[in-house]
Amino acid sequence: MWKAVRVGAAAVLAAALAVTAAGCGSDEPAASDEKVTLSYAVWDKNQVPVMEEIAAAFTKDHPNITINVQLTPWADYWTKLRAAVTGGAAPDVFWMNGPNIQLYADNGVIMPLSDKIDRAKVDLTVYPKALVDLYTFEGKVYGLPKDFDTVGVWYNKELFDAAGVKYPADGWTWADFKAAAAKLTNPAKGVYAVGANLAGQEYYYNTIYQAGGNVISADGKKSGFDDPATIEGLRFWTDLIKNKQSPDLKTMTDTAPLQLFESGKLAMYWGGSWNVSEFGKNEYTKTRVDAAPLPTGVKQATIIHGLANVVSAKTKAPAQAWEFVKFLGSKPAADILGKKGPIPAYTGTQDAWLAANSQFKGKVFLDAVSYAVPYPVSRNTAAWNDEEFKQLTKAYTGEVGVEAAAKELATQMNALLAKE
Amino acid sequence: MTATVTGTADDVRTAVPAPVPARRRRRWRHRGAEAAWAYLLIAPTGLGLAVFYLWPVLQTGYFSFTEWGPFGGHEWVGLDNYRTLAADDEVLTALRNTVAYTLLGLLGIPLAVMFAALLNRPRLRGVSAYRALFFLPVVTMPVAVAMVWRWLYNGDYGLINYVLSLVGVEGPHWIADPATALYALVAVGIWTSLGYNIVIFLAGMQAIPREYYEAAAIDGAGALAQFRRITLPLLSPSLFFVSVLSVIGSLQLFDLVYVMGGSGQSARANPAFPRIQTVVHLFYDKAFYTNDRGYAAAIVMALLVLIVTLTAIQFRLQKRWVHYG
Repeated sequence: MWKAVRVGAAAVLAAALAVTAAGCGSDEPAASDEKVTLSYAVWDKNQVPVMEEIAAAFTKDHPNITINVQLTPWADYWTKLRAAVTGGAAPDVFWMNGPNIQLYADNGVIMPLSDKIDRAKVDLTVYPKALVDLYTFEGKVYGLPKDFDTVGVWYNKELFDAAGVKYPADGWTWADFKAAAAKLTNPAKGVYAVGANLAGQEYYYNTIYQAGGNVISADGKKSGFDDPATIEGLRFWTDLIKNKQSPDLKTMTDTAPLQLFESGKLAMYWGGSWNVSEFGKNEYTKTRVDAAPLPTGVKQATIIHGLANVVSAKTKAPAQAWEFVKFLGSKPAADILGKKGPIPAYTGTQDAWLAANSQFKGKVFLDAVSYAVPYPVSRNTAAWNDEEFKQLTKAYTGEVGVEAAAKELATQMNALLAKE
Repeated sequence: MTATVTGTADDVRTAVPAPVPARRRRRWRHRGAEAAWAYLLIAPTGLGLAVFYLWPVLQTGYFSFTEWGPFGGHEWVGLDNYRTLAADDEVLTALRNTVAYTLLGLLGIPLAVMFAALLNRPRLRGVSAYRALFFLPVVTMPVAVAMVWRWLYNGDYGLINYVLSLVGVEGPHWIADPATALYALVAVGIWTSLGYNIVIFLAGMQAIPREYYEAAAIDGAGALAQFRRITLPLLSPSLFFVSVLSVIGSLQLFDLVYVMGGSGQSARANPAFPRIQTVVHLFYDKAFYTNDRGYAAAIVMALLVLIVTLTAIQFRLQKRWVHYG
């Protein structure tokens, strides 16, 4: 379905790039008595308060710049953002993620920040290198890292106690996980060991790399879904559904795994470090759950990813927008974020995050960085991500064997990659 | 950019009987001034229609021959989109679902006639209260309706399955099971439109003179015969009106599928989704989720052709069964 963008679009694009290039000449801050309101788009409702707090701290230093934090839920965020960009109504500053950065940078939708970074002498070495690389496209940096996250297993202590299963600990393996899953499943009570959610970042990407497989080749040109090791990583989940140790897709369509976990129907929930705020607030989970590292397969692996703040290429106030992004990437902002949000990306500010979430073993997520695998992306990630959901759904429902589904996915994905 | 169909609803309105005043011969010189006034008075509505309906329709028609870049910008590709469309299984499936939904949705009409007949009794108390009750779903936000039904239909914690479990039946995952999802949605669709149809039929029935029934009763016709020989034929204009609107509405079904079935990623993970995706939802998916706007426009143009064709057929058939008293 996806077709390469051709001449007409390329011409429009070139024009857009020319405009942005022309607009880059004058970014000395505008007259400081000019009042500006910047829109700032985010997708996590749990982080709205802390983002507003950071915005308020910024406005205190820059009384003429007001920040309007706009929440769009994750499910609609990218749909809405694309429509807004197409219609010329993009927010001035917004959250960016790995799967989308290259598409947005390649199409000149967001502003390259390298010149500004040099001029303001922003030190990029304070952020994890993997994240700076993630947001660098064709030699230019497009966003300043905001936070990072790794994946772990959140588990329900009450259900583990009830089943007489030892809590997961460092060094546990796939075999341990599967043995625990068998014991934790309790059909009479409607309790499952885990929810095999159809999601890459927290679920099958991790097991694919743990099995020694890969999602995409290092050069981003070839799908890894036809690799036997990758297929084993997928089978990990389809087996759990087959053994009824995970609810099937029907059940998870009606009730999301997160809701099931928060009502004591799942013993384990594969989630991210970003879940601390959710589980810290939720009445049920706040006292009952804790975090453990992911089990080790052929090797240890967890997906690492992080968000960045980017500036719209069409913003009416590029100087002010850059000021704000610079502040968002600064230590004071990271200190506020660490107290109430996800793990800040700024080196040395993670302790605040650990201290703020001391009821959980947050260190699990920091330790995981040493064996973390970057989130797999290419130039048009969304296109093959969609194919993933389409093909893997069939494997998860059992309509198609996992091997056949993965091979079909590899074929489709390779065709899409060839078009990039 | 929405799929719009214009004119049909207005054409239908003319099908509802209205007293036609005898045309008086006017003197010629008044004609021009009168026409000018007429045009002036319909100008606001006409302008609104042109800007918000006609122009988007023409634009959509043009877009269906183009292909779009990821962030706007488009180029002419001729019939490419239509060629893809003709061979696209997804479109075919969505069409099949939509037609199935439309046919099943027509079952709502006899149901509405039945309720209207029950309400249309002389000396029945609280008719307006009943009418209001039945009408409530019509004026409730479709999204709210869909959210509530979603909860009712929940396979594990829904009220419907809870009630079924009391009598020892294990209910399915209504909207996540390919076998039941379409019917579950149809039920909500019928439930939502029932009130509107009842009000139309009730008005139609109350317009039927009582003398007919009295005369029939004297001739020895029972209630059933009266209904068959008097009510139904005289109600046929309303029946026609409702069936045309019902077909058009069903063909444009989107909101229920979007809220109850999911969209984007959540739709992909719903095993029942291929059985409930409608043409308009597919259009939305292509236009805003996979960003294939030109192709989406082509899909919607195909739907426009389908709606116009079906409506034209209904108008042709009306001569056979609709009696204007």
